[in-house]
Amino acid sequence: MSGDAIITPPAATGEAVGLQAPQGLGRKLKVAMSSSPFYMGIILVLLVAFFSFLHPATFASSYNIRNIFLDASVLLILAVGTTYIMIAGGFDLSIGSVLVFSGVVAAQVMLKFGTDSLLTVGIGFIVALACGTAWGVFNGFCITRLRVSALISTLGSMGAALGAAYLVSDGSDIRTVPNALIAVGHGSVGGVPWLVVITAVVAVIGGIVLHMTRFGRHTFLVGSNPEGSRRAGINVSGHLLRLYALSGLLAGFAAMLSLGRFSTTTLEGHANDPLEAITAVVLGGTALTGGRGTIIGTVVGVFIPAVLANGFIIMGIQPFWQMVVIGFVVIAAVYADQIKRQKGERM
Amino acid sequence: MPMVPSASKGDAILQARGIIKRFGHVEALRGADFDAYAGEVTALIGDNGAGKSTLVKILSGVYGATSGQMTVDGTPVSFASPSDAHAIGIETVYQDLSVCPDLSPSANMFMGREALRPGLLGRLGFLDNATMRRESAVAFQKLKVALKDMDAPIASLSGGQRQSVAICRAAMWAKRVVFMDEPTAALGVVQTARTLDLVRRIRDTGVAVVLISHNMRDVIQVADTVEVLRLGRRIASMRNQGLTVPDLVGAMTGALDVVPEAEQGAAA
Repeated sequence: MSGDAIITPPAATGEAVGLQAPQGLGRKLKVAMSSSPFYMGIILVLLVAFFSFLHPATFASSYNIRNIFLDASVLLILAVGTTYIMIAGGFDLSIGSVLVFSGVVAAQVMLKFGTDSLLTVGIGFIVALACGTAWGVFNGFCITRLRVSALISTLGSMGAALGAAYLVSDGSDIRTVPNALIAVGHGSVGGVPWLVVITAVVAVIGGIVLHMTRFGRHTFLVGSNPEGSRRAGINVSGHLLRLYALSGLLAGFAAMLSLGRFSTTTLEGHANDPLEAITAVVLGGTALTGGRGTIIGTVVGVFIPAVLANGFIIMGIQPFWQMVVIGFVVIAAVYADQIKRQKGERM
Repeated sequence: MPMVPSASKGDAILQARGIIKRFGHVEALRGADFDAYAGEVTALIGDNGAGKSTLVKILSGVYGATSGQMTVDGTPVSFASPSDAHAIGIETVYQDLSVCPDLSPSANMFMGREALRPGLLGRLGFLDNATMRRESAVAFQKLKVALKDMDAPIASLSGGQRQSVAICRAAMWAKRVVFMDEPTAALGVVQTARTLDLVRRIRDTGVAVVLISHNMRDVIQVADTVEVLRLGRRIASMRNQGLTVPDLVGAMTGALDVVPEAEQGAAA
């Protein structure tokens, strides 16, 4: 403890005191290479190389790669929202149910319109985004105003939103989806599915806002030290409310993509979404305690389970093994991260 | 007794008169006065329950006073929040730091006051990291604080270094007054000495430093004036000329002066 120079003696002030840290690309590279997204990225690359080597004709085929990307796309949209929430030290278990609710309401509204045009699809999007945002604002209200913990608030709305979705749909899936939307779900541009393009755009915007803007910076600050952020004049409650609204909005958006892809509301299909999103975010190196995380890490974290599941199927291994493996990988990843952090941190 | 009245120094930059603060039936401050002068370290001492923390929280905008007047540079002020105090150049270093361990020193220095890029990007909320980094480095340099790493999360710094980030942040933004609540409480001997050096350097930049401390040796080393609170009132304001630890302890506990019986009985 006594060895560290917090203050240099006055004689040393001629040098650039406080500026000794080496800067530039080399250093940035070094920092990036010691980060979780980098390690996880390597694991992802190794997995892809492994499956491609064993089954070049099936795994590495453009059809299969397309499938992996399509499977990952809806989840990645949700995981972008979860990344923000978790960096701010929160939780959102409701996104799967909110997705289903938004999809059901949007599908019914589009059905009532009866027409099959881009206008109908546009109205569907507005309805889905509004439903998702409304649930998100409700979560944020419970957490910041009623001070019910995020886990409980979003657990509650997870049940409530799914129940409401069943009520609205009378318990059965709505299978009438405008062809214009299905065209988005199945179409592609230059060989790349629209869904993948849209998801990539969402992830890139999510990354830029998180890492380059004041909104993103406040997300990190609030997660790292909420009381300190309050003292520094940041509207912590307001910011959290906006983050939960954002998470809900993205769930509403994902609902429309899911409708486009599956042509049905998939009432039963999203129970695991929040846990899969959290798994992806954690695999990507976002701290459960808040304050740290990246969107690129989340992208890697979404693809590791997707690639593993797909690879196992192709190898003829029961796909259930993917769940087993990912379960243990999450624990190992967090353990490794803790060890690394304990080394880096000084008390 | 070396208790020289602090009359000869011109007008206080921050002045409080007759501050009363009640929490329900508890009267934490019972007409407290306070003065802090530019370019001086004012130590605020008092036994537990004397009202130090309450007074500082009122002076820095965390609490509102039940009654009483505050002036800054002779102008009456009232604060609805710490941001109001920040706006006129009053900053506080809290005992539990208030830094974000996961972020870099410059992100901490500009916490809640982020610099934005010029033009359209700035209006979209894009951060100007280069400017924040540069200005942070200047602030550290000015106070002769050398950080091991300007980019790493400050969790990787020692406790003393994290403390200096918190102090430099307050010094960078404070135009008038810096409050420091027990800045050395968690530090070892060497780091305490360095922190006291830092306190002197901040004073030498011309702002008023208010040091709340339980450590009487720290107070004697660094203070220009000592304000003593007891039972929610200022009972002494002394120039630090030949003061000794027993002087301070005596003033705090009331052994050295006469206080009406009724007040002694109401010790918090």
